[in-house]
Amino acid sequence: MFRPRPDSREATIAVEVEGRTVRVPAGASAAAAVLVAGLASIRDNPADGGTRAPYCMMGICFECLAEIDGVPNRQGCMVAARPGMRIRRQRGARSLAIE
Amino acid sequence: MRRFEFIVIGGGLVGTAIGYGLSRAGLTVALVDEGDVAYRASRGNFGLVWVQSKGLGAPHYQRWTRASAAAWPLLASELEARTGIAIGLEQRGGLQLCLSEDELATRRAVMQQMQREAGNFGFDYRMLDPAELAAMLPGLGQAVVGGSWTPYDGHANSLALFHALHQGFAANGGTYLPRSSVTEAFAAPHDFRIEAGGETIGAPAIVLAAGLGNASLAPLFGLSTPVRPQRGQILVTERTTKAWPIPLGSIRQTPEGTILLGSSEEEVGFDTGQNPQVMQKIARRAVLTFPWLAELQIVRAWAALRVMPPDGLPIYDESERFPGAFTANCHSGVTLAGAHANLFAPMVAQGALDPVLAPFSARRFDVPAAA
Amino acid sequence: MTVDLAIVGAGPAGMAAAALAAELGLDTLIIDEQDEPGGQIYRGGARAADPSPLGADYLAGRPLVAALHSSAARYRPATTVWHIDPVWHIDPAGPPAALLSLVSGGASETVAARRILVATGAIERPVPIPGWTLPGVMTAGAAQILLKTADLVPDGRCVLAGQGPLLYLVAQQLAAAGAPPVAVLETTPGENYLAATSCRVGELWAARRDLAKGLGLLFGLRRAAIPVRRGVRGLRALGRGRLEAVAWDGGEIAAEHLLLHEGVIPNIQISLGLQLAHQWDERELCWRPTVDQWGRTSLATVAIAGDGAGIVGAAAAALTGRLAALDAAALLGRIDLAERDRRAAPIRASLAREAAIQPFLAALYRPADNLFDPPDAVVVCRCEAVSAGQIRRAVRLGAPGPNQVKAFLRCGMGPCQGRVCGPLVGAVIAKARGVPLGEVETYRPRAPYKPITVGALAGLASR
Repeated sequence: MFRPRPDSREATIAVEVEGRTVRVPAGASAAAAVLVAGLASIRDNPADGGTRAPYCMMGICFECLAEIDGVPNRQGCMVAARPGMRIRRQRGARSLAIE
Repeated sequence: MRRFEFIVIGGGLVGTAIGYGLSRAGLTVALVDEGDVAYRASRGNFGLVWVQSKGLGAPHYQRWTRASAAAWPLLASELEARTGIAIGLEQRGGLQLCLSEDELATRRAVMQQMQREAGNFGFDYRMLDPAELAAMLPGLGQAVVGGSWTPYDGHANSLALFHALHQGFAANGGTYLPRSSVTEAFAAPHDFRIEAGGETIGAPAIVLAAGLGNASLAPLFGLSTPVRPQRGQILVTERTTKAWPIPLGSIRQTPEGTILLGSSEEEVGFDTGQNPQVMQKIARRAVLTFPWLAELQIVRAWAALRVMPPDGLPIYDESERFPGAFTANCHSGVTLAGAHANLFAPMVAQGALDPVLAPFSARRFDVPAAA
Repeated sequence: MTVDLAIVGAGPAGMAAAALAAELGLDTLIIDEQDEPGGQIYRGGARAADPSPLGADYLAGRPLVAALHSSAARYRPATTVWHIDPVWHIDPAGPPAALLSLVSGGASETVAARRILVATGAIERPVPIPGWTLPGVMTAGAAQILLKTADLVPDGRCVLAGQGPLLYLVAQQLAAAGAPPVAVLETTPGENYLAATSCRVGELWAARRDLAKGLGLLFGLRRAAIPVRRGVRGLRALGRGRLEAVAWDGGEIAAEHLLLHEGVIPNIQISLGLQLAHQWDERELCWRPTVDQWGRTSLATVAIAGDGAGIVGAAAAALTGRLAALDAAALLGRIDLAERDRRAAPIRASLAREAAIQPFLAALYRPADNLFDPPDAVVVCRCEAVSAGQIRRAVRLGAPGPNQVKAFLRCGMGPCQGRVCGPLVGAVIAKARGVPLGEVETYRPRAPYKPITVGALAGLASR
């Protein structure tokens, strides 16, 4: 769980994290929103099922993979939070949605 | 000087399969390999155990491939029992899809010819129409006009196979000598010595299975292996849930859930660089085949060099000048692993190649004298 | 599009290079995967409060950003370079140039450039302690990025562990932001202090400003009453599904956050992908590309500036970026060599000052041996969950190096493509084989350097 610091910028961007509304300031990433939401983890690693959360926050470790606006496995730390963004945990391997 | 009953030069899929077969028979084997950074076709394969495209115009190759596919289940279960590594073999048939009527007509003709050439040996195949294919393959693209299926095709976790062969070899008491490229060689009938990795080792029999490296080694042992590099590039996607029941000739899903996309053939010499235009062609064909593939992320890609004999068929040979020297060369190290471990290795152990392999000798490349 | 100079990375080195290159008349393109310039060190600088809990040095990025925006350099944010062909001919009869494959917004395009400057900076050295994959364990840099970009601080008990200037800096920044850590666990081995004092007095004098800054940091922690433990060994993260406590030999403390830091190392993913010559740096204990004083590499069309060529810090990074821009301008005929050297002289003098502290820091904060030799059960490849023990078994099987180990175990095949585990796998193999760290090869990363969709590659824009 991360919280705004005292004197932080106003959290003007409202996003949904696992269906719950969370507010972050402009410039925050989707991964930051997940941390503010206080989720126990951001994904289940498909290799061993282990729960994982953001580690490097700079696009190197790929631990922050999340489903963002319906697209799976996006690096949450590299995606800027936008109003109305829907963020969900990445549950293991990508589910194929074939029409 | 350390002496062994067999030296196998080359620790890739071909060398380790042969080494595994020899060591399993209780023979002392030295498996000599180069370092970590090398051309290593064995790290760049697709993982198919593929029959339907093999041996057009060369029924002996068709039969050898079929024999290998038939030997594969036994090899896989034995390796799994011996090492605990899951090989993931599936042999429920395979499909080659066609994206134009021309492709389909050509494919049909190829299948018909394969069946004719198989004669009494038999070659079972079916041509499937888009409706039948769509029922089997979710999300099939409109661009697919048909395809060929045979029951003999399949796929396996080729990297697991590679790991298991190495582990099985060690478990059988084999001696693996990595980082030991051959620097000197001495050959005489049933008497071979090589200097590799700063050590000289000797054996009365030797097998050259060094892939592209064979071309320069072979003459030292009275053999000829005119192989050339042929580049192939593969794209690998993120892991997904299970997509298809069987593999295609150029699209398959690994047990981990990643999807491999191929195929390509480039004559660029010893260049393992990647070519975005070729990668684009592979991606385009994949998207035409299954439009939903467009959404998947490509996490990695590679280019590797196939070990390609002049006519594409394997080269198996034994030296006339230096009896006891053998060689195995092919670009289908996964498909032929069954044959290499369970058919070729026993032949070599007995000291002579079975006549069934005679058509694979490099003598076939000699220009015949005027009739 | 064809440009004179394509710069990959808009951190301090890239921004400084772009502004100067454009000023010298080079048609310059600077490409960065983030939405705003600044790299990591100056990330989020545009929105920062002034004063900022991150300190004055953080705001020093603003002039660089301003210079970039007011220059004639073309700036392409939110764009990823996924392949570079460094030997590509714009004109079949002409000298080799480079072709970059880019993807942005799901659409792929190519750009030709007469020269390339790779300025992708540094990454944190991986810290493979037991439990490091638990949610709640991050790098110190990650916490700093959250503070920079989102004004966020850890909620609950936060422990900082490791060594190096960034560790103390983040501790101070968190304290200034109202979230002082409950402990700083310093892992500096005792023998480092002796080695550090053997640095030449002249070097230390040249680095006096940085040394003073460092001492200031340490005193600041004491004033903030943040407990600092020294000589910590056996660090491990404990918890079921999430971090609950941090333990070490002789102690344990409840915590919801553990921020690790053991220094930074060059980000060599692209330089390895280009198959540039690299060398093992025994002083910094990392691989880095072999560059000359202008940043030139083993490939004629490619130069590297900033931390990606070797850790020099943000201020020095901007200076090496300018040197590379001068060299590019000379190579492309905009200025002659005499002018290049004349303009480079004062930059080199500043660079010598900025880089003076580095040998001292490298000696003082040299990672302990156990960082390269974790216990068997510790995960080394996070993506594919491959443990140190599995790697050692593969080495016993004879796997000659990381690429064969990768083939056997899949380490390095996951989404991060070996960025995090590369140094670790090499180190575990070296220790298992009993050879020096620099004797084991690196992974050989390939394109795409970052993921690209099948559709974008096929040339179709994705939804």
